[in-house]
Amino acid sequence: MITRQRLAAGVCVLFAALTAGIAFPVAAVAGEPTGGTAPQVDLVLDVSGSMRTADIDGGTRMAAAKQAFNEVLDTTPEEVQLGIRTLGANYPGDDQKTGCKDTAQLYPVSTLDRTEAKTQVATLSPTGWTPIGPALLKAADDFTDSAASKRIVLISDGEDTCAPLDPCEVAREIAAKGIGLTIDTLGLVPNTKMRKQLSCIAEATGGTYTSVEHSDELTDKVNQLVDRAADPVVTPVATEGAGQCTDAPALKSGLFTDREEFGQQRWYRVDVEPGQELRTSVSVAADRAVNPSYGVLLRAVTVHGREIVRGESSGNGRTDVISTGLRYPKADSDEDDPAAETVCLQVTNSFSAASGVKATPGLPLELTVDVVDAPSSSSDVASFGLGRGWWLLGLLVLVGFLAGLVWGWVSRWRVAVWRTN
Amino acid sequence: MRITRVLGAALLMLGAAVAPAAADSSPSPSASSDSDAPTSAGTSFRTATEFEQGQQATASGSTGDYLYWSFPADAGQRPTVEATVKLPETHAGQTWQVDVYDGLRRRQACQYGAQTRTAAADATTVELACVLRTVRAWSEPWANDPLPGTYYVRLTAVGLTTADLGQPVDATVEVNSKDIGGAAAVDGSLAKPLVPGISMKSEASSEDDSSASAVLSSIEPEDGWSGGWWSDRWVWTAVGGLLAALAGVGGYSLTRGAGRPSRVPPGA
Repeated sequence: MITRQRLAAGVCVLFAALTAGIAFPVAAVAGEPTGGTAPQVDLVLDVSGSMRTADIDGGTRMAAAKQAFNEVLDTTPEEVQLGIRTLGANYPGDDQKTGCKDTAQLYPVSTLDRTEAKTQVATLSPTGWTPIGPALLKAADDFTDSAASKRIVLISDGEDTCAPLDPCEVAREIAAKGIGLTIDTLGLVPNTKMRKQLSCIAEATGGTYTSVEHSDELTDKVNQLVDRAADPVVTPVATEGAGQCTDAPALKSGLFTDREEFGQQRWYRVDVEPGQELRTSVSVAADRAVNPSYGVLLRAVTVHGREIVRGESSGNGRTDVISTGLRYPKADSDEDDPAAETVCLQVTNSFSAASGVKATPGLPLELTVDVVDAPSSSSDVASFGLGRGWWLLGLLVLVGFLAGLVWGWVSRWRVAVWRTN
Repeated sequence: MRITRVLGAALLMLGAAVAPAAADSSPSPSASSDSDAPTSAGTSFRTATEFEQGQQATASGSTGDYLYWSFPADAGQRPTVEATVKLPETHAGQTWQVDVYDGLRRRQACQYGAQTRTAAADATTVELACVLRTVRAWSEPWANDPLPGTYYVRLTAVGLTTADLGQPVDATVEVNSKDIGGAAAVDGSLAKPLVPGISMKSEASSEDDSSASAVLSSIEPEDGWSGGWWSDRWVWTAVGGLLAALAGVGGYSLTRGAGRPSRVPPGA
């Protein structure tokens, strides 16, 4: 009985230990603070005259948008700072110049007062032009200066009516200015031209484009995007690579962004001490129309220009990003006070712009650098020189058997010799 | 003498039983439940949604989105990534593709499986699969071998018409591993798995906790990363040594014959 009790107690302890072991990391992850500052979201809503069209579940596009906004405002997570901007809400006239300036901040990007925001949304009625480009430019200024992730959600039912300013290029320039700004676009009952324009805006910033035909789709999508903004992510640090290693910025472990033009090369420097391993990966994003064959090359080079190791990747077809990486374990040194080695990292890309696409600003480049402690190198292909398999067993048995036979004969022979003497 | 024989036979039996049992590859056990499986996907390496092997990660997105997930894979595992995309009701022909990248964002080759598949205009789903190479505990820095650490899955439509952009789709991704065991065991191991941002994570945890922030990848297998020293090669080699010793004893006793040598006169 006592044995059984002990056994039961042991099982309990074991179970508790296991549970604690499983539960602990989960708790640790959940307990992490959400990246310093609050994520910011700016909803940009098209209130142009065409929003009067009644083709979403029998109601007008405006009604669907209002309903979606109300539901989204109810469910927005507490930590998200949310703002609302309108475009085409105030000027009903025919003058393009005035109509294209028609964008207003309905609710500033700040901690959400749900009732206040809802009251503001209720006052909207479809009015004017569709100045997407200018609205995006203004929306980029709505955000307060912080390291938090920023997201613009653009909801529109028509393409931009304010040529020649291309909203796609505007988006690219906004993304080039700020860090961690993403534009997601939603097209209400879109046509082909609109799809192209809105998905171009989204791709320029690493965002997503969604077509919306029903009001519940709109609510779900905006909710999803706001939730996505609330997810804590690492904010990259902006850096600027140089044209050669000697001028390159010295990087430590971390996540960095830069811009790299077509055909340009970027150099960075990382110090690696003996016994450490440098791990770095780079991805170059295709934020505009590029030709279908492309590649990226990342080289680790000594200060004297000798290549240590390289990572290369190439691809073909539709892509958001092309990436590669490398690792460089630096062997331990016997010296008393070994000096760190400066490793130069060179990044080049072989993207080429499709015809009629602007080359500036450069393509977004993301660089991760990890310097970790490295082990000594491997000495054998197999695990500790051990073997496995039936051949190994057979060989060992055969050798053992032969060794036994020889041993036996030798001892018999010795006995015989001893006897004759 | 009898004891020796019995013992020998027992050891032989044990050897025969243990070696193949240890060598047998068995599918890794599925994660306990799907209750905490993620229901969304990231849109870049940086925002990839983490999930465990055996879990079924789901996400709703739009055609044209790049959906990212990440999962941990340890040495000796051969992961199979399976993705299913539920297509919208009406669509033109679409080509979907699943790509797998390692912790250094290097593209990992699929040994086999339909990595890219074109769905006809009337298809309702596309099923994609990618069987990776076996994850090694160590490889040379110049090699592209899969190493223990984070793996990224990217699911996207690579060929689609403009009219299909932005249509709602549902995606499911699941990763299961075959345990290859000692056949893939190598000497050496990484000091730390190829988890992006792992050096920053250790810095953050050693400092004040409040300064800890979001990490690139907080991924870890359910039972932790293997140290890389254990493999069934230990069993094989040990059993081989035992059998060799037994065979040695057998060979020796053959030369002795039974009982006393015949030439020795009785009473000598």
